[in-house]
Amino acid sequence: MKDLLEIVWSFIKIGTFTFGGGYAMLPLIQREVVDKKHWATMPEIMDYYSIGQCMPGIIAVNTAAFVGYKRKTALGAIAGVFGVVLPSFIIISVIAAGLENFSNIATVQHAFAGIRVAVGALILDAVIKLFKGSVKNIPSLVICFSAFLLSALFNTSPVWIVLSAALAGLFLFSPRKRKSE
Amino acid sequence: MIYLLLFFEFFKIGLFAVGGGLATLPFIYDIADKYGWLSYSIIADMIAVAESTPGAIGVNIATYTGFIRAGILGSAVATIALVIPSTLIVIFAAKALDKYQANLTIQSIFSGLRPAATGLIAAAGYSVLKLSLYDEKAKAVAQMLRWKELILFVVLFALIWKFKKHPIIYIACAAAIGIILSL
Repeated sequence: MKDLLEIVWSFIKIGTFTFGGGYAMLPLIQREVVDKKHWATMPEIMDYYSIGQCMPGIIAVNTAAFVGYKRKTALGAIAGVFGVVLPSFIIISVIAAGLENFSNIATVQHAFAGIRVAVGALILDAVIKLFKGSVKNIPSLVICFSAFLLSALFNTSPVWIVLSAALAGLFLFSPRKRKSE
Repeated sequence: MIYLLLFFEFFKIGLFAVGGGLATLPFIYDIADKYGWLSYSIIADMIAVAESTPGAIGVNIATYTGFIRAGILGSAVATIALVIPSTLIVIFAAKALDKYQANLTIQSIFSGLRPAATGLIAAAGYSVLKLSLYDEKAKAVAQMLRWKELILFVVLFALIWKFKKHPIIYIACAAAIGIILSL
């Protein structure tokens, strides 16, 4: 029970400070789940992200469920999802109940202009670490840059990018080839 | 029965919207057309609120729709219905992953997925930074970069790189600086 509550609490913290959707959550996950609690390694988190992309549902929710499962199986997954959803649930209900035109309030807009800059800097920091961990040779460099270009410039759906990368991995990094290296 | 309908509609979104929060939007428009629960302008407001509050965008949209249709209970029903399918699917996927993790084919698939995930996350960072540092409406070249934001970005990045404190600290400071400087 204590472990489950710990999962809920960690994901409440992560959910409260995730501004801008699933990807913005990554630096927080890295700090809370990987560095602080050692519930999962960074490559594992990357795997959850990529699998989570191809599955139905919200990426943040899927990642929380994966991490929760890793720590405490099915109940852990439910605890992770509960924690990550709870802050949004409370905040949005309050806003929907009373604060009309919340997003037009000047102070809110200024705060978010600042937060976006911080989120950008945090993501850049995370990307540098991820790059070091995941790009080890020319084929992986090509995969990484293609994924970036397709997503950033051509708005290709992540589902297709992830599925093609899985296929590329299957052919480029086949076990037999790896052995001969 | 509004709660059952909310449950059914958001369960469907949770089951079929692949690719994150914004993938839920076509379904929301569909709901608006079908039931008239929401107008298009409310949806636009909702997206603005969902993007300017913490949390997953898809969850925020579900909570908001549920609330304006059927109050706090409605938002609970919509949110729970949205996350049930993916939670169950993840539990099964995680189980399978545990079992086949050592499998060499699975490992070679993952060696392709990890660099792609890095590229996707970089693209997300790029779009956030483009939004905050680059001014589309600028008339002169010198005004295309938002200088205050750019300086804040460089300072924040240097601090993150050097001190590696909890991300919450940087986010809270940046919000305060945004208010003080009227970014």
